[in-house]
Amino acid sequence: MRIWEDAYGMTATTLASRVRATVPRRSVQVTLEARFAAFLVAPALLAIALVAFYPLGHAFWLSLWKINLRFENTPWVFVGLGNYVDTFTDDPRWRNALRVTGTIAFTSLLAEFVLGMVFALVMNRAFRGRGLVRAAILIPWSLTTVVSARMWQVIYHASYGVFNRMLMDLGVIDAYKPWIISPVFTIWAMIGADVWKTTPFVALLLTAGMQLIPGELYEAAAIDGATAWDRFWRITFPLLKPTILVALLFRMIDVFRMLDLPFVLTGGGPGQATETLSLYTYRVIFTDLKFGAGSALAGTTFLLILVTAFVFIKVLGAPVAGSEVER
Amino acid sequence: MSATWLGKRVQAALVFALVVVIVAWCLAPFYWTVITSLKAANAIYYKPTTYLPDPVDLTGWIKVATLPRFQGALLNSAIVASSVTVTSLSLGSICAYAIARLRFPGKDVILAMVLAVSMFPGIAIISPLYLQFRDWDLINTKLALILPGVTFTLPVCIWTLVAFFRDLPRELEEAAYVDGASRAQTFWHVITPLAAPGVFTTAILLFIASWNEFLFARTFMSKVDQVTAPVAIAQFEGADIAAVTPWGEISAAAVATTIPLVILVLIFQRRIVAGLTSGAVKG
Repeated sequence: MRIWEDAYGMTATTLASRVRATVPRRSVQVTLEARFAAFLVAPALLAIALVAFYPLGHAFWLSLWKINLRFENTPWVFVGLGNYVDTFTDDPRWRNALRVTGTIAFTSLLAEFVLGMVFALVMNRAFRGRGLVRAAILIPWSLTTVVSARMWQVIYHASYGVFNRMLMDLGVIDAYKPWIISPVFTIWAMIGADVWKTTPFVALLLTAGMQLIPGELYEAAAIDGATAWDRFWRITFPLLKPTILVALLFRMIDVFRMLDLPFVLTGGGPGQATETLSLYTYRVIFTDLKFGAGSALAGTTFLLILVTAFVFIKVLGAPVAGSEVER
Repeated sequence: MSATWLGKRVQAALVFALVVVIVAWCLAPFYWTVITSLKAANAIYYKPTTYLPDPVDLTGWIKVATLPRFQGALLNSAIVASSVTVTSLSLGSICAYAIARLRFPGKDVILAMVLAVSMFPGIAIISPLYLQFRDWDLINTKLALILPGVTFTLPVCIWTLVAFFRDLPRELEEAAYVDGASRAQTFWHVITPLAAPGVFTTAILLFIASWNEFLFARTFMSKVDQVTAPVAIAQFEGADIAAVTPWGEISAAAVATTIPLVILVLIFQRRIVAGLTSGAVKG
């Protein structure tokens, strides 16, 4: 009985009714069902295989060559893993992109999760106008990144941006700062724009996680005289851990893929101060037209993502759908 | 007695203050873009900038509204996003139904595959796709955006729908089988109507994701009349190629592109939240 439940996620009653209905010709039924399932699953899997996995293999093949499409007749030169070796041993721009991406991952995620937790704790309470807050919080999330990048360009502008005006009015700065054209501020300004857009998503996930925590736990804790602080650290936080891990993993992967925000907000500049891994890769492929070296860079990024996902799912135990036995 | 009463009042005031801060945080940049779009062209360059448009000036909006290039971009976005949504839903819903309801081997492998695709950086396959699409003459056609669009929205589609299908009461399907309905009949006559709200929610999520796509759109569309709205905004030059960046027009274009999304969000906020979190947080 247990095995059935685990494998097919059935409750005892539905299992019983199913057994009753199908016992005489169960094996026939199961093959028919599996055949029907294959028929239903095939189109989606075919789309994924043809437009994701096949190109991925093709990209790996390309990454083994030196390819320069700038001149139509330049011959392809097979270099094996040479492009990867070059990336790891002799590519300061890649190391810079790695550092930029790492800085964003660490700072952005930290800020998002602290702020997201505060948002979630507020949203998890019953108050009038919750719908309004939920609508407001969905707006940064739903916004096109390119649009938000344009918005922040106007806000951060060095001489007529409202960010400078506000900080001046509040007395925080004594002169206008070139937020997105200075090597010092730009990455932080970009992180600010990123945190603004992604905190709502984190907050929504955390709120959903909080709603799964049984209220009796808090009632019991209150009877035992636990303070709000205790309740957060001993009930909310530990029980929210799976949700936090999943949300962290999603966000980590997004940072590895981050391209549109630096592309439009800063162009990766000044210099390469905000050039993320994805943006650098994009430029090697479509500016330098080095399809081989670019594919190797992309492969390296994908490998980093796989390692991250592996650590989160297998080592830290993030309960991502499909990574554990189904309900 | 009065101490707890006071404590409750303080707490309520604190929550209210936080709510105000959160709403302000979320809306302020968008609000500022609206303000900028309503300023006269020269008023945007005042230093220090003014907090309100004085006088309100609709030049930026009129220029954007009459810019054929931008209208075309909005139309392209609408066509691509709708095609992606419909195709992805058709493929994804039947796949999700099979995973949620039918008995067959290899479900774990399929879910792991779908999960892997959701982690794909688009950049990892852009070079082969570009070469392939160039050979097939698909560059500057909408198919070049719809194909990868469908593949990259399928994971969200499948995940969200599997969660919805699993929550549907199984008894109704079983009653249909007992009455002699086939699998296919059950799917169309029992599951589809029950799943309609979930499918609709998923459609909204897919539409937003596809409307916002930038990487493929930027790469596969080079002709001015083929670009989508995000690309148009990224490359915005304004109605007349001026020496200064036309911030008023850019702001108006940014707001205009966002309006369909804001409307979707305002109407369907509850569903969007449910859909967004169902795949990620397990109940």
